[in-house]
Amino acid sequence: MSPTPTELRGVAKVIRRDILTMLLEAGSGHPGGSLSAADIIAVLYWEVMNIRPDRPVWEERDRFVLSKAHAAPALYAALARRGYFDVRELLTFRKLKSKLQGFPDMHKTLGIDASVGSPGQGLSIANGLAIAAKRDGKSFRVYCLIGDGETQEGQVWEAAMTSAHHGLDNVCAIIDRNRMMGDGDTEKIAALAPLGDKWRTFNWHVIETDGHDVEQLLGAFSEAASVKGKPSLILARTVKGKGVPFMENNPEWHDKKVTEDLYEEAVRALS
Amino acid sequence: MAEMGLADIHHNAAKLEATSRGYERGLIELAERGFDIIVMDADLAGSSGTGEFRKRFPDRFMDIGLCEQDMIGTAAGLALAGKCVFVTTHGMLAAGKAWDIIRSTICYGTLNVNICGADAGLSAGAAGGSRQSLEDVAVMRTLTGMTVVVPADSVEAKKATIAASRTPGPVYLRFASARVPIVTTDLTPFTMGQAEVYRQGDDVSVLACGVVVYEAMRAARKLEDEGISVRVINCHTVKPFDRAMVSRMAVETGAIVTVEEGASIGGLGGACAEALAQVGRPIPMKIVGIEDRFGESGEHEELLLHFGLTSRGIASAIREVLIMKANGARGAREEETRSR
Repeated sequence: MSPTPTELRGVAKVIRRDILTMLLEAGSGHPGGSLSAADIIAVLYWEVMNIRPDRPVWEERDRFVLSKAHAAPALYAALARRGYFDVRELLTFRKLKSKLQGFPDMHKTLGIDASVGSPGQGLSIANGLAIAAKRDGKSFRVYCLIGDGETQEGQVWEAAMTSAHHGLDNVCAIIDRNRMMGDGDTEKIAALAPLGDKWRTFNWHVIETDGHDVEQLLGAFSEAASVKGKPSLILARTVKGKGVPFMENNPEWHDKKVTEDLYEEAVRALS
Repeated sequence: MAEMGLADIHHNAAKLEATSRGYERGLIELAERGFDIIVMDADLAGSSGTGEFRKRFPDRFMDIGLCEQDMIGTAAGLALAGKCVFVTTHGMLAAGKAWDIIRSTICYGTLNVNICGADAGLSAGAAGGSRQSLEDVAVMRTLTGMTVVVPADSVEAKKATIAASRTPGPVYLRFASARVPIVTTDLTPFTMGQAEVYRQGDDVSVLACGVVVYEAMRAARKLEDEGISVRVINCHTVKPFDRAMVSRMAVETGAIVTVEEGASIGGLGGACAEALAQVGRPIPMKIVGIEDRFGESGEHEELLLHFGLTSRGIASAIREVLIMKANGARGAREEETRSR
């Protein structure tokens, strides 16, 4: 049975709290970009994606490639809460011998479909999976979450051409458009706008949406699934650090350390 | 002298062929035998050796366009879905431009992607230094879990291509587009990771890979007339490096010369020096390669001569290492006398 929008919002809140707990325990990591992706990941893992947590390598499963790999905490929280592994594992994030590496490693973590780390590489991987699906007559879809700052990487645009050229309608990319990168505002560093138009001219079906509104996200994913002959991009407007007021829209929180005091304040703000 | 499975390599009699033709034949044979391979190229199918494959197996071939980084990433996705992929581009476009993707996506994921560096070494010839691929072996060798193979001729290139399809994890295959002598036959043994002795000798071992194996054989024949007995080893697999063989050569011949058509830093010579330094038996060694400089325009054969990679250059390196060996032996004798 599908979760209700209220339930999805609840899931996203749990993911956000897990993110903060992981980052506190780890003493490092990326709060801002993990929090901005929480609703997108909740909607994907609880509603949109055809997956079986009890069979992590089921061949027909939809695939997820976290191109913005620094948001690993959001993905790990989702995987743990969906039952891929014990929630207590989250406390080992970024520690020696942990299954939860700083950036996703498919050989160490159950449920990770592709190891990722270096920025700008996820969409190419997603394309390869999607081409293989088409060749083998399989119906699985491939989702790829890209950071907006990451789209400054040239490989993203090579890959965008490839998806469109090969008519990969089984690829759905999502851009977490939080407008903040490590060093500040994307538009001041290397302007991306008009980002939707750029993807449209690359012959993608572009859906612009609020990346924190689960109902809008559900609508966007269902529209994407209905598009034939071209790949879809969900341009999700988000807020970096979403849910924790003192982190929101503050580029400092791209990778700032979460201390005990701030953790308490952040968790209070979430609930 | 018994040189089983080696072609007649008298200079003027040798048959010439680009090693990339062997790659092409290997791919075709794999597809004919029903292997589920996918071959990708980045706008080089005309020269890289995938052209005939494209014609014969269009549904197994994909020209991604001039985007090497995306090609490697797409290959990663295909491999994640269980495909055996061969990606093809210029040696330095693979090893240089796409290195990070090879490292962070292919190697980190231990994916079955075979990366084929075409037109490598000095093969780009007249195109000059910016297009010649001298550093590829060195930079690919540093990658975790990467196998690096440099076939000596088109016959060996075919064997290496087929072997790569069965080798778990990533493989870098380096090919020449220049027409180079065929030194091996279908009968010549080839096992990935295992160097082969092509010619016996006692005074010095020459360890070569790629198209200069032929030149090493010629140097050995030439020196035979001077009474120097040269062992020639084809070390086609630069990684994993055959350390056992190097230990044996060190003990049995007491001097080593390495020869490669590429940078003298970090390639076959580097691999050999690393191994020798750690087997507890340092011996005189010379690295024949291109020393800390770019190539330049010229015909492939001219460039080999220009950079000292023909039999003449190899022979003088052998003579030098033999002097080092003799000096070392004399030094040891003198020390022994003094200590009495």
